[in-house]
Amino acid sequence: MFDKLSDRLGGVFDRLRGRGALNEADVREAMREVRVALLEADVALPVVRDFVEKVTEQAVGAQVLKSVTPGQQVVKIVNDALVEMLGAEQSDLDLAVAPPAIIMMVGLQGSGKTTTTAKIAKMLKAKQGKKVLMASLDVNRPAAQEQLATLGTQTEIATLPIMQGQQPVDIAKRAMQAAKLQGFDVLILDTAGRLHVDQQLMDEMHAVAKVSVPQEILLVVDSLTGQDAVNVAKSFGERVNVTGIVLTRMDGDARGGAALSMRAITGKPIKFAGVGEKLDAIEAFNPSRVAGRILGMGDVVGLVERATEMVEKEDADKLAAKMAKGQFDMEDLRMQFRQMSKMGGLGALAGMIPGMKKAKQAMDAGGMNDKLLVHMDAIIGSMTPKERAKPELLNAKRKIRIAKGSGMTVQDVNKLIKMHQEMASAMKRIRKMGGLKGLAAMFGGGKGGMGGGDLGGAMEGMHGLPPGALPPGFGGLPGMGGGGGMPPDLARLLSKKK
Amino acid sequence: MSENAGWKDRLFGGLKKTSGKLTENIAGLVTKAKLEARDLDEIEDALIASDLGPAMAAQIRDKIAAGRFDKGIDAEGIRQIVEDEVAAVLAPVASPLEIDAFPRPQVILVIGVNGSGKTTTIAKLAHLFLEQDYGVMLAAGDTFRAAAIGQLKVWAERLGVPIVTGPEGGDAAGVVFDAVKKATAEGIDVLIVDTAGRLQNKRELMDELAKIRRVLGRLNPAAPHNVVLVLDATTGQNALSQIETFKEVADVTGLVMTKLDGSARGGILVAAAKQFGLPIHAIGVGETIDDLRPFNAQDVARAISGGSL
Repeated sequence: MFDKLSDRLGGVFDRLRGRGALNEADVREAMREVRVALLEADVALPVVRDFVEKVTEQAVGAQVLKSVTPGQQVVKIVNDALVEMLGAEQSDLDLAVAPPAIIMMVGLQGSGKTTTTAKIAKMLKAKQGKKVLMASLDVNRPAAQEQLATLGTQTEIATLPIMQGQQPVDIAKRAMQAAKLQGFDVLILDTAGRLHVDQQLMDEMHAVAKVSVPQEILLVVDSLTGQDAVNVAKSFGERVNVTGIVLTRMDGDARGGAALSMRAITGKPIKFAGVGEKLDAIEAFNPSRVAGRILGMGDVVGLVERATEMVEKEDADKLAAKMAKGQFDMEDLRMQFRQMSKMGGLGALAGMIPGMKKAKQAMDAGGMNDKLLVHMDAIIGSMTPKERAKPELLNAKRKIRIAKGSGMTVQDVNKLIKMHQEMASAMKRIRKMGGLKGLAAMFGGGKGGMGGGDLGGAMEGMHGLPPGALPPGFGGLPGMGGGGGMPPDLARLLSKKK
Repeated sequence: MSENAGWKDRLFGGLKKTSGKLTENIAGLVTKAKLEARDLDEIEDALIASDLGPAMAAQIRDKIAAGRFDKGIDAEGIRQIVEDEVAAVLAPVASPLEIDAFPRPQVILVIGVNGSGKTTTIAKLAHLFLEQDYGVMLAAGDTFRAAAIGQLKVWAERLGVPIVTGPEGGDAAGVVFDAVKKATAEGIDVLIVDTAGRLQNKRELMDELAKIRRVLGRLNPAAPHNVVLVLDATTGQNALSQIETFKEVADVTGLVMTKLDGSARGGILVAAAKQFGLPIHAIGVGETIDDLRPFNAQDVARAISGGSL
């Protein structure tokens, strides 16, 4: 989500690298670039000013540690400042009231309120076992209430029956009554989109908040939003007591400056991020993760979380055990392909791994796409179990048979074999380096090993990840090597911050 | 004329905050005879705050810097320079959406990211063409979002125009195919095709869009005659990425910007005009059906620069 910003900062600090000392001129030069990068990323101007000032102050005259370059030192300072700006920790919904706890969704038209409503309801039901009722107060947009009803059917969440002609405040009252009588834990009020300069609709929103006294009022903001994000946040905040922000469309390629400004300007926590069209595509917003991503370190934690959710524990244990012995056969490779498709395909993965932006671009340019995974799977599928366990059996004759069976060419089969070899030897290397612990954690050891800002561990895992989890062609692509161009010593430096 | 003043009010009203910002900064600094680098920085920042983007803002700053010597320009002078600069960029791309396809129908494909205002814009476009006495038909190509078809149906009913729909979750290209056949058979002048919102970095969804285009071309090689990309005025610099990708995949022929009645400045249009030169057909300045206006470069430039009506 913040690819371009990290590219930009990456460029700046590459230039800074290799110099002996961190002097004022260096810092100022870097900060000019940081400023433009942040502005291009749609970070609000006042926030940019504060940020640049603060970071410059901290960076000039900062002690450069022996083991890092000046550029790396600046990266750390920028990273820390970004984390601070985004808010230091995660913030969850506070629903600790006598039920029904009321959540009210507000925002501009088209920011994604209705979809977010359904996503939050689904999440509360699935993860916390809450009984949720959704009610649409949108009497303006045609079929808006039907949209929520449809989403309710899809997610198996109850929605308030639609009564044509009823006004928002009355719908809210009816919804509260229904939630109380039918014993719902949570009531989510989805309101109409409104421009913050539209007095009448802002009054209506105020009135709804007054009668329903929501426990949470979530302002839904499109992460594509430009400089206007700040006006929006301020205006909504003036009329209702916004308790948190939801940033939608974080799966887009916007540089996501809105995420940075929102927090700094409003002081409200960003509680969730919408990351896709599917109704489970919502995540808790993790400030330190996002800051890491801005700096080009990739969304490692996000990748791990998704991996642990998707990868079946058994498979992961099996793989880890095999790898511990230095074994890695075609079945394992196939398993990885399948897990990759489950995790959202190559594109989604590449977006999360540091240093993969260039690889992703090369991939797109070369016409590589998720079909590749299917093709590779087909090739392995055309092998006999023996061949899968012992790929060294594959001679020319067998290769021709496999190629025919899978509808691919012998070259494709060769490519797959070569990739398998590379990966197998990478596995051995990892074993020698003793990085297996991190790797095992990555494949199913749960979040424990990776969370808590244990960036060093995460980076170690990353060294294992690229050869282990990526398709052919990646090996030779630029920017792949050492965990995204950030040397491990820096990763350790970052992980040591207090 | 009073109706005209109404929408301008909204446009300028919404932009007041921008303008206020720009003039406020300028007013504070032009009492001096010459502008210093720091003052120019302020002007540049004000432009950036209008979503013009750092590059475009720097360009305008350079213009002002170049013209400042010995003139001792006042606030109005600076505002005028900003307006002229912006208008000069916007004027060449101002071009209304004309209906002139023969043989009929003229097929207009409306695309954009989620929530940019496609469906509402379609209703407004249909209204516009009905006022010009063209026969209009709608095609509900957004088979993905819940109740999107219903939303367009409501509009079709209100406008009294025929609509072609398919099942929710069905194949959008199929709906479009049927619609073109029907519109051709019935001698409809304008067929406006709604599509599902999609983020431009979603490959599969962009492929689907390319498919819709192909299907349209199969029935009528000239179709779609227009591919209109709907941009939300609150969008920041990402609008440029949207234009670039949609242009590549779907061959965008023109832009419509919605939600200009808010405080969003839509300054990104200036950068877009400079970078892509795509025609800007219209702007949306409100929620009612007749709130879609032909794009007027001078008006928008004046609004951005903080001028009065």
